[in-house]
Amino acid sequence: MNYRACLLFLFCFFFVTALASAQGGGQLHFCLRSDPKTFDPVLVDDDASERVRYMTGGFLLRLNRFTQQLEPELATSWKVSKDGRTISFQLREGLHFSDGTPFSAEDVAFTMHRLMDPSLHSATGDAFRSGDGKVQTQILAPNKIAVTFPAPVASLDQKFDQVAIMSATSPKKEMAVLGPFYVADYKAGSYLELNRNPNYWKHDEHGRQLPYLDSVRLDIQSNRDTEMLRFLRGEIDLVDNVDAEYYNRVQTEQAGSGHDAGVTLDPEQVWFNQTPNSPIPAYKRGWFRSANFRLAVWQAINRDDIARIVYRGRAQSAVGMLSPADKFWFNTKLATHPYDPQGALKLLAQDGFHLQNGQLLDREGHVVEFSLVTGAGNKARERMATMMQQDLSQIGIKLNVVPLDFPSLIERITHTYDYESCLLGLTNMTLGPDAQMNVWLSSAENHQWNPSQKQPDTPWEAEIDRLMRTQASSLDPRKRKEAFDRVQQIAWEQAPFIYLVNRHALSAISPKLHNVQPAVLQPYVYWNLDRISKNAEVASR
Amino acid sequence: MIWIRNAAIGILVVTFAACLLAGTVAPASYAKQFREEPDAAPSHQHWLGTDDLGRDRFSRLLQGTRISLLLAPAAAFLTAVLAGLIGGIAGYWGGWTERVLMAAADLVLSLPWLFLLLTARALMPLNVSPMNSVAITFLILGCLGWAAAARVVCAGAKSLRESDFSLQARALGCGEARLLLRHVAPNLRPMLMTQFWISIPVFILAEANLGILGLGVVEPLPSWGSLLKELSGLTAISGQPWVFVPLLLLVAVVTSFQVLLVDQELPS
Repeated sequence: MNYRACLLFLFCFFFVTALASAQGGGQLHFCLRSDPKTFDPVLVDDDASERVRYMTGGFLLRLNRFTQQLEPELATSWKVSKDGRTISFQLREGLHFSDGTPFSAEDVAFTMHRLMDPSLHSATGDAFRSGDGKVQTQILAPNKIAVTFPAPVASLDQKFDQVAIMSATSPKKEMAVLGPFYVADYKAGSYLELNRNPNYWKHDEHGRQLPYLDSVRLDIQSNRDTEMLRFLRGEIDLVDNVDAEYYNRVQTEQAGSGHDAGVTLDPEQVWFNQTPNSPIPAYKRGWFRSANFRLAVWQAINRDDIARIVYRGRAQSAVGMLSPADKFWFNTKLATHPYDPQGALKLLAQDGFHLQNGQLLDREGHVVEFSLVTGAGNKARERMATMMQQDLSQIGIKLNVVPLDFPSLIERITHTYDYESCLLGLTNMTLGPDAQMNVWLSSAENHQWNPSQKQPDTPWEAEIDRLMRTQASSLDPRKRKEAFDRVQQIAWEQAPFIYLVNRHALSAISPKLHNVQPAVLQPYVYWNLDRISKNAEVASR
Repeated sequence: MIWIRNAAIGILVVTFAACLLAGTVAPASYAKQFREEPDAAPSHQHWLGTDDLGRDRFSRLLQGTRISLLLAPAAAFLTAVLAGLIGGIAGYWGGWTERVLMAAADLVLSLPWLFLLLTARALMPLNVSPMNSVAITFLILGCLGWAAAARVVCAGAKSLRESDFSLQARALGCGEARLLLRHVAPNLRPMLMTQFWISIPVFILAEANLGILGLGVVEPLPSWGSLLKELSGLTAISGQPWVFVPLLLLVAVVTSFQVLLVDQELPS
């Protein structure tokens, strides 16, 4: 009898143990807004491809989206030379790509040469292009490599956050990956299936191999309403970027599923067209070139109301060119311009503007009226524009809101310059001033208010040019910060961009998911995808 | 079904009267934002509540109805006039005139009118007041809507030209101009009236569609299009039945027009 009882006990024990070990982290299911244009990590230049690269790629260094600190991944350590041209990496040993191909310094060299190949026009590679010439790689050992660029590159190490290492020898080419998942199946316009990479190198604190999840299914879903409905019905597990109006509904219907990680890097901004050869009347250009006029408009817009009404309180009045979410680079000495219509009128009076029968007239008697173009169909921007209309009417300015389809809008603001002011939002993917270079240098095409200047048009633009170049060429973080703080201050004083609000990072997350830590840098929810699980037991083990 | 006809007339009369008296009846300005009360439920201050910017929905409905109901018939009238002229001339003269004009009509019919409207709207000057913008939108609608109606009128004019009474008039020495103006044109009138009535709901819906694309009437002016645009999206349909009032009114008015149209077509 005892013998039989022992056998039964042993059978039950092994059965339960086997069952537990067979329990994986489950399948994560969510949506991509469009098809990825490429799986080649070097050629990524769209949001969907970027997200796939994030989930499948292996990176030498990675910016922790939560702490905003750079962390070692495939490299165990790294060192940037004093001249800012060379970075050397000590690599982890014994790693393999998803197809079993071994990882070595040759793969890093191969990736860097491909990244910097001018014929491929890699957007990721553009971030490293600081001068003419070729990138040089020196394999010092199978697990040690130095990469030398023709000219110093500011924040060189941080730029490797976007560089997914490719295999130099794998027959599967870009489909062989070092990240937590690999692309297992893809049906254009329908879905993308990622499976757990059996060779993924990371382990948790208990020595268990990551990722916890078995697979990720990404449905291609461009309609946000449908995406939200599917989340509310429990068909998908998360929505990475939720509009404020949907957020409230998620909170109402599934308490605890909505997550607000705080203010993001992304501003909503207005600018006036100051381009000298634009087809707008000279007297209007004169208004737009006046800092007093721009600051008056800034002060006359009630940005707190915009945050409260348009974003349902899930945004905050913007301070300036940088969001407080950028913990290191944000200039903490700056404060939000106050909402002050009377102060705005005083500023306008300094330039000869005056009120007559409730209308604002300039020194020459022109009625102050201008148009504001924005993208048609973007509810938040249309609402912001309408609120600006009422706010500016209080200081006698007549604002005509013109929603345009996106191609027409881009044509006007980048080619014909046939517009007076524009309301758009920017998406900042990276921290600090590096991504801002192509906006703030007066010679840049994206210097929206007056692009591609041969010489800086104003003294303050000349100073910004000098400061941006100083910070870009300096390797001393303190000096860079000082220079960039001053740039932020000039932008705050001169107001070439009128910053309205910084919206919050809102997401919807199923309670079934574990180890989720929403952050304010994209991707908000699954930045630590390898640790996310749908199985509480697996997540806590 | 006299009572249906009377109900349709009643709906149209009440609606037209309300929108004509919008300035007096509306409790607030259609543009005024009560920012402390966004998305408010109906109350004695705001009979249909407020929209997401705190604007009084009832005032906006009255003003929007006024715009849509006054400009849609104007655009329909323009369409009917153009269709009468082009279709009438083509059908009456026939030959190469008919071939050229009907080829032009086919060309207009084959154009993707929605994209044409988007392009035309994008090419308009930016500093256009909201009222002018809405007038231009309906003008464009009116100018693009004649082709289908012109084909119908052309067929009608052709049959009138070859009718016995035309032959008799010519035999009695009646000139072509007199024949066209005194005999053919009056006989085309019922056909043109039908086209006019048909066009009104079509233009109301076209403006509503443009509004949903964000390219109809511009802020802060309301129209049925911009009011219906609020219904797009998941959050619009959550526990606020009063937001459907503009949709119900649109359905009621378009149905009333259709009832009157059918009534007119039925033999008495």
